[in-house]
Amino acid sequence: MINKTEITQEALSNLPPIMTANNVDVFYGKKQAISNVSLDIPENQITALIGPSGCGKSTFLRCFNRMNDTINICRVSGEIKFSGQDIYDSKVDVVALRSRIGMVFQKANPFPKSIFENVAYGPRIHGLAETKDDLESIVIQSLKRAGLYDEVSDRLSEPGTSLSGGQQQRLCIARAIAVDPQVILMDEPCSALDPIATAIIEDLMETMKEKYTIVIVTHSMQQAARVSQQTAFFHLGELVESGDTQAIFTNPIQERTQNYISGRIG
Amino acid sequence: MPDYILSTSNRMAKRHAREKRFKWYGRIAIFISIAFLVFMFSAIIFRGASAFQQTKIALDINFSEAIIDPTSSRDPELLKRANYKPIVLQSLSNVIPGITERRDRNRVYKLLSAGAVFDLGEQVAEEPNILGKSKKVWLLASSEVDLFMKGKIDPNISEDLRRLKDRDIKWIEILKSQGRIKKKFNTTLFSSGDSREPEMAGILGAAIGSFFSLLVCFLIAFPLGILTAVYLEEYAKKNFLTNFIEVNINNLAAVPSIVFGLLGLSIFLNFFNLPRSTPLVGGIVLALMTLPTIIIASRSILRSIPQSIRDAALGLGASKTQTTFHHVVPLAMPGMLTGTILGMARALGETAPLLMIGMVAFIVDIPKGITDVATSLPVQIFLWADSPEKGFVERTSAAIIVLLAFLILMNLCAVYLRKRLERRW
Repeated sequence: MINKTEITQEALSNLPPIMTANNVDVFYGKKQAISNVSLDIPENQITALIGPSGCGKSTFLRCFNRMNDTINICRVSGEIKFSGQDIYDSKVDVVALRSRIGMVFQKANPFPKSIFENVAYGPRIHGLAETKDDLESIVIQSLKRAGLYDEVSDRLSEPGTSLSGGQQQRLCIARAIAVDPQVILMDEPCSALDPIATAIIEDLMETMKEKYTIVIVTHSMQQAARVSQQTAFFHLGELVESGDTQAIFTNPIQERTQNYISGRIG
Repeated sequence: MPDYILSTSNRMAKRHAREKRFKWYGRIAIFISIAFLVFMFSAIIFRGASAFQQTKIALDINFSEAIIDPTSSRDPELLKRANYKPIVLQSLSNVIPGITERRDRNRVYKLLSAGAVFDLGEQVAEEPNILGKSKKVWLLASSEVDLFMKGKIDPNISEDLRRLKDRDIKWIEILKSQGRIKKKFNTTLFSSGDSREPEMAGILGAAIGSFFSLLVCFLIAFPLGILTAVYLEEYAKKNFLTNFIEVNINNLAAVPSIVFGLLGLSIFLNFFNLPRSTPLVGGIVLALMTLPTIIIASRSILRSIPQSIRDAALGLGASKTQTTFHHVVPLAMPGMLTGTILGMARALGETAPLLMIGMVAFIVDIPKGITDVATSLPVQIFLWADSPEKGFVERTSAAIIVLLAFLILMNLCAVYLRKRLERRW
């Protein structure tokens, strides 16, 4: 385990990690969902979390913006640092944390409001726009960054739920971007989309990583190989192996990783 | 391949028959329910429709100043209480010939309602200029005359069995031949409070009492119910205490309403000394009764709002309260309002708890606020149904029609609100 981590650090050593997880355990009641996971998230890179269903990758992702707080029986121990600060520290304001670390969910979940209101909601509650014009430019810019503006520019007042599945997911990305976070967590964002919509979002992630750090949970190994620079393989609540994506897929160290990427477990 | 595979076998025939049978059971059940409903409504409307009309008698009244206002004071109070009986009697004997004896005069005077002279007084007090002039006025007929005009008294049965005697009927026929007796729209029913005389009794007092009670009920039950539901559903941790509270709320919804009345009597009246027989106490009691309904309905609506909406807002960095009040509650509001209005509709029809807190009194005045003594529509129906006068029979049904109209109106309001709020994106 230890020497593998060294390889990772070597391959990505030119970039300082924006987030680090150390010895993270997650429990649902008495059941342990994540045991002793340590992982660095390098800045302005895409990190993919892969693994079979129920391996805990989504649970681990939700630790990064403390979305697990909303589940009563969930308990997180260990240390997760964001820019050197422990996010589970009692002094940390969860609301402020989540404005720095945005999230895109598995199923597109636009608010049942207009497209404009969907994107404007975040900046509004965080007071990011002083005037109406400011707000409008934030909304337009966010929609442009999410590659959605050209498709919806003439119907910003229509409900967000009237868009197609792929557009809705990009609307959710625009909504997350509008708050100007540093990290965007994506929980299987393409699992409900067709290949064309998936390709659009993958292209989008490629351009987004210049400005944001992205952590993506995905079921599709092809997707992980296509978009990510770092890959972490989870199995049964453990982090089996993590490192440079190319290395993981071509030359995995652990046998379990080898078995998973060749389709023998999963 | 056997040749019956696509044709009807015995087994298939049985299955089809069962399906058909079941469809018919459903249809029969619906038919029976509708038949009961139609029967109930037609009975009420058949009995109550006639109450929307009222018999009036036209007389040429000579507003003699010497009799009404001998001192020429023009004081409205005096004008109201002046003695109009001789004037009315004079007009009556002008129209009906042969009224000479005192006994006859008193008898013919009974054709009119006891309230007729009060109406005259009101009229004169309102426009004193009428004094000294003569004018044709439509006066309220007595309940017996009214019933006769509506065909509810059979003149062929023995005279001893009816209060309207042959002589009275003869006079009515005379008035009829002159076009001086007519059925007109019953404004009294909608403009006055209760009365011992059926022809003078109205439901306005009861309706306003109901309105004030419901207002108090809404102002208490709606915010309390919504806030309780939101707290229990969105904030409270699931533990023994919240489970205990939940079980008790469900139990409260099943408590008979008269128990709430007893509670109101012992706590609000006897302990807190709130004014008896008032919409204030009635409203509080109805609010207690409606609360569990609102809470249960609101909680089930909140539970049906998808978790993904909460996740979306929380993920953006909205606080718990922002998530709840910007997204969850607005989405749940139509359902909450529907639950509230349906609970209020139940409260509007509630009688038992109001009996316990004394809203069952005979109240003539129309309440002006929540601390005035009042009664309510269903209690008024109960009171009239209990009255021995025959004229109250049709008025009871009329009051039921009005109550049902209000209930339908409230339900339509619920539908309208739900539709309107649902479209607001």
